[in-house]
Parts: sequence; C-alpha cells; structure tokens
Amino acid sequence: MSKNKKMYNRNIIVAGLILFIALITFPVWNYYVFSGETSTAPEIKLSEKAKAAKECVRSKEYMKTEHMQLLDVWRDTVVREAKRVYVSPNGKSYNMSLSSGDNSCLGCHVDKAEFCDKCHNYASVSPYCWDCHIDPKEKK
Amino acid sequence: MMENCGRRRFLKLAGISALGLAAGPVHNAFAVSGGSGEEATAEMTKNESAMTGDHWAMVIDTRKLQTESDLEPIIEACHNIHNVPVNITDKKHEIKWIWPEEFKHAFPSTDNHYVNEKAKHLPFLVLCNHCENPPCVRVCPTQATFKRDDGIVLMDFHRCIGCRFCMAACPYGSRSFNFKDPRPYIEETHPEFPTRMKGVVEKCNFCAERLAVGKMPACAEASNGAIVFGDLDDPESDVRKLLKESYAIRRKPGLGTGPSVYYIV
Repeated sequence: MSKNKKMYNRNIIVAGLILFIALITFPVWNYYVFSGETSTAPEIKLSEKAKAAKECVRSKEYMKTEHMQLLDVWRDTVVREAKRVYVSPNGKSYNMSLSSGDNSCLGCHVDKAEFCDKCHNYASVSPYCWDCHIDPKEKK
Repeated sequence: MMENCGRRRFLKLAGISALGLAAGPVHNAFAVSGGSGEEATAEMTKNESAMTGDHWAMVIDTRKLQTESDLEPIIEACHNIHNVPVNITDKKHEIKWIWPEEFKHAFPSTDNHYVNEKAKHLPFLVLCNHCENPPCVRVCPTQATFKRDDGIVLMDFHRCIGCRFCMAACPYGSRSFNFKDPRPYIEETHPEFPTRMKGVVEKCNFCAERLAVGKMPACAEASNGAIVFGDLDDPESDVRKLLKESYAIRRKPGLGTGPSVYYIV
C-alpha cells in the first residue's frame, strides 16, 4: 500500500491547486496588486461647537465603541419611559434626542455628513435613523 | 511507521491549526461586544418641567366648534408640528391624526334614529381616544403600540413592522398607514419631530413630546379653549370640572374600550 506513491495527473492537480488558492485569496492580494495603496480610516471632523464643548455625553473611547448601544437605550427610554434628560457621569445634562434642539446630538455635531456619514460609509453600515429623523441642515 | 501515519497526522495537525486560527476572530468578536469596560454611571430622568398625570384625557366642547373653519387651525397645528403628510390626495393613502367627522359616523352607536339638525350638521373633531382598554395594544405583535402609565396609548415607530393589526382592531379608525414614503407629501418639515417612513402605522400621540417639556397638546393650545386637556384622576383638574358641569358623551362606549376623549354636546 505504501509502496505506490505515484500521484496520478500530477501536473493538472498541482496547477489546479495553485489556481484555486490564487482565486480564493483574490480579495486579499487584489488590493495590493492593482491599487497599490492601503485603505485608511476617515478622519472625523469635529464641528466648532463640539470642539468648544471638549466632551461628549460620555468619554471619547466610550462613544467610539458604544454610541450605537447608547442611542438604542436612549430611544427606548425616551419613547417608553418618557425620560428625556441624560445626566452624564460628568454631571452635565443632555437632551436625549438625535436631531431636535441645540442640546441634542445634531445640535452639537452640526455636520451630519462630516460626523456620521463619513465613518458609516467607510464601514459600509447604513443605519436607518435618517429615514425618519431629520437633519436640520438637509431640510428642504 | 511514518508512511502509515503521515496523512492522518497531517490531517490532525491541520484540524488543530484551523481551530486555533478560528479562535482569534471569535475572541475578538466577544471582546468588541464586551464594550469599552467603562462602567455605566449615567442617569436618565424626566424633565423638571414635564407634565405628569395618572390618566390624561381630553374634553372637546363642540358648542364652541361650530363650523369646519373652526376646526381647521386646530388640525393644522397638529399636522404641522408632527410632520403629517397632508398633501396625499389619494383617499386610500391618506394620513390623519385629527380630523372632522359627521355625527352619524363619529357616534354610530347612539340609538337615536332622528338626531336634531344641529348635531346632524356639526363637524365633530375626532382623534385617537387613548382608550383605557386599548384593543390596538392587545393585538400589536411587537409591542410597538403600548399604554403608558399616564394613560397615553403611544406608538414606538422604531418598532412598528407595519402589520396593520392595530388598524383592524381600532374601532375608531384612528390609525393611518404609510403606503409610501411620506416625506414628499409633507407641506413643511419640522426637524424637531421625526417624519415616518414607508411601512409604519401612525396616529395621534396626545403630544407626548410636548407634555415632556411642560407644554399642552398642540390642538388644545390652538383651540381657544374649546379643547381642554388634563388629568382625569385628579378631581380638581379642568377636565373633571368641565365634566361635572356639562353632559358629555364618548364614542362607541358599548365596546368597552373606555375612550379618554369626551365630547360636550
């Protein structure tokens, strides 16, 4: 059994294997071969107002990773418990609203395109917030 | 020996290596969902100016609302601030939160075969009744419609899947369905209140967003005193005083839904 080590159709099989691996790894090497550049995450542009405020409702790191959970909790709390004021750990109060008024998310981060869309587009996520909520700037 | 086990050993090793490679991404995924490690210490509260009650109700004095033109500013005030698409001309796709109705349609369960001329031609302002025992809440499969502790029957537009069970259940026709994207049909958009999207049901919310900041409902404000809003459980409230003074009726009381909108006739 072990004596017969001959591989039949060796050339075809090896060539086929190489072709298979090349094809299956296409997305990996394609980028470097054809575009020759690596992708970089977009830079978020803070509005003047946000810069002046220096802090968001929570720390920058927290907002980076948890803003979707935070917004989810906000919408449930506002609609179901009618609680609309968020007292952050730093003691300041915020209006728990995405788009209404100066004390809401968009009240400070006035430029939705630069602040929200940039990263969402890069990460290819399309949250449906804006199907209903209105960016005051985009209002017709 | 080697010749015998070569392939099997290779397969075993390959399997273990594959497991090892797969463990990395899984661990990372859990690490991400674990959050930033920051303790949640924030508090969420109501506005200090928020109006609180145990059973919000409305009394509509039809003696003060004689013609359709009396109702117009009231309807407009509501539909304006809530971004209701009033420009839909197709009656089947119409969206309304508050609208005029004839006596025979508003109060079909009154026994009177012959109503007096005045009631017959009076436009009655109808809206969601914010029932004590709301059938729409019972049928909603996602709990998108729910009853708040203060008696308001509210919709969570985020959660509505557009099944329209609530529309079938509501005996007052108070609910409208967005058959198409409502945005092009809104006269003037007010960014303070979201619009709706295609595929959700909507209705009057007793101006929950205004009560939360200490304001009266928009219709009551625009009505010059013809609509009074207050807490039905408070004997000293304006609505209770009005109901004590004048005889009032409710829509389809026999159904047992317990409407919170009263009509002084």
